[in-house]
Amino acid sequence: MSKLVSMAEAVRHHVPDGASVALGLALEPLIPFAAGHEIIRQQRRGLTLIGPISDILFDQLVGAGCVSKIQAAWVGNVSEGLAHCYRRATEQGIPHPITVEEYSNYTIALALLAASLGAPYIPTRTLQGSDIVRQNPVFRQAQSPLDGTPLLLVPALQPDVTIIHVQRSDEDGNAHMWGSLGISEVAMLAAREVIIIAEEIVPHEVITSDPNRVLGPAFKVRAVVHEPWGAHPSAAQGYYGRDHQFFHEYHKRTRTLEGFHDWLNEWVLQVPSRTKYLAKLGEERKRHLSVKAHRYAAPVDYGY
Amino acid sequence: MDYTPRELMVVCAARQIRDGENVFVGMRLPLIAFALAKRTHAPNCIGIFETGTIRDTPAPELLYTMGDPANIAGALWATSTVNVMGLLAAGEVHLGFIGGAEIDLYGNLNTSMIGDWQNQPPKVRLPGSGGGADIASLAQRLAIIMPHDLQRLRTRVDFVTSPGYGYPDEHGPAGSAWRERVGLPRGGPVALITTLAVFSFDRANGEALLQSYHPGTTIEQVQAQTGWPLRLAPDCAETVPPSDEELQVIRAYDPKGIWTK
Repeated sequence: MSKLVSMAEAVRHHVPDGASVALGLALEPLIPFAAGHEIIRQQRRGLTLIGPISDILFDQLVGAGCVSKIQAAWVGNVSEGLAHCYRRATEQGIPHPITVEEYSNYTIALALLAASLGAPYIPTRTLQGSDIVRQNPVFRQAQSPLDGTPLLLVPALQPDVTIIHVQRSDEDGNAHMWGSLGISEVAMLAAREVIIIAEEIVPHEVITSDPNRVLGPAFKVRAVVHEPWGAHPSAAQGYYGRDHQFFHEYHKRTRTLEGFHDWLNEWVLQVPSRTKYLAKLGEERKRHLSVKAHRYAAPVDYGY
Repeated sequence: MDYTPRELMVVCAARQIRDGENVFVGMRLPLIAFALAKRTHAPNCIGIFETGTIRDTPAPELLYTMGDPANIAGALWATSTVNVMGLLAAGEVHLGFIGGAEIDLYGNLNTSMIGDWQNQPPKVRLPGSGGGADIASLAQRLAIIMPHDLQRLRTRVDFVTSPGYGYPDEHGPAGSAWRERVGLPRGGPVALITTLAVFSFDRANGEALLQSYHPGTTIEQVQAQTGWPLRLAPDCAETVPPSDEELQVIRAYDPKGIWTK
């Protein structure tokens, strides 16, 4: 069954106001920037963002006023440092105050893992003695019923929708993803609904030729969007590298509120589609970021 | 050869890595420390990245982030964060590296927020833990790398993101005993590497000890930039400067000085 839709349709139907949205799940690469920009253009409000570390897409969504709550381990600009919109929102309530529930990378992964397993919580020994467990009200302290030692209970966290950028997918949402996976798999399995954004749409047989490469079952997927370069300025293994300069420019330009609005106008609001975005980015910059030396895996034999 | 403070920090970090160890590698300077250790005294160490990557060679080019595609090229395993964090939780990681904005006498580290966070909005909102708090909780040994000044090395941090040796309380002292009391399974800081000095830690009471001060600085200068009265390790001495070989390896890996200038 084809679930292929435009980015505008995918966001319109599956990311309503007030939704909890997991994205940026592979950590630094394969961040669904194109989806995030469409969310901004459609002026979504009251979103809860769920993620491990987030590399400037969370900052953009916060600055654009889409977000009321963040459940994440880190919000910043990985190669540059602090996130200016996030700072303005949390320190000064600009454009409005947001609630932040602190996690660590392991505990956000465990929260999604618990949901993916249908478990109410997962006990762990991480973060004991950290103020993160005092700051975030979802955590519970308990004693192990086995030996009485102190445990941290990480409750299950089920995103309304998980957005995942992959290298290739069929029209039904059977998707191949490779490289750094981060918490993509547990976030997909935990979610109520999944949107797959793909660099390439490939025939079903390409996917079934290598089922070990598939991230999760397509029956979780509600929409598939074909969006080449949709993860720029983050990297897509085998397609393009990370545009470090873009992160640097964003960091410099968004230091002031006016600077952020200029940036947002230039790169999101005045750019109605990814095609226009790529035209603005230019062939020269794309060539510079493209794969310089291919490294194909040896084929495996699924014969029987 | 002349060297920069960051090059010296990389060398001090690399010296914490023992051959054959599994090392949870953070961003920036620890990445280069891993490459340096690999090419000098610890050729058999393994690098683990929270993106879900395990490698036995440094990435073929300098990384801006651990998720850069070059860090996957030639990796031993490209898997999930759950799997590598699970290895950390199960005690398989010998040494972890993290950085921070503020640290205190007991090695507790803040990367979350500056200010009275329980009663008002933070003065400065920092990015948060990332995997740092997990590495501090679960690695067998922890090494911390950060700039050294009076605002950063404080008697008590505003927010404990990554637990070090806690604080003395009515149940007992700071140190390994505190970690056991709160339910941490192992570990604690063994080194705090700064722009001025290297500290070790007394696990019995959790306190930082000045282990060495970098060439060109004095104990008095280190004290002037440290928010607690220094205690000296019995063998406190000047930091051994980088060798020419160490500097050559660092500059071959970061020729433009992107992280080490």
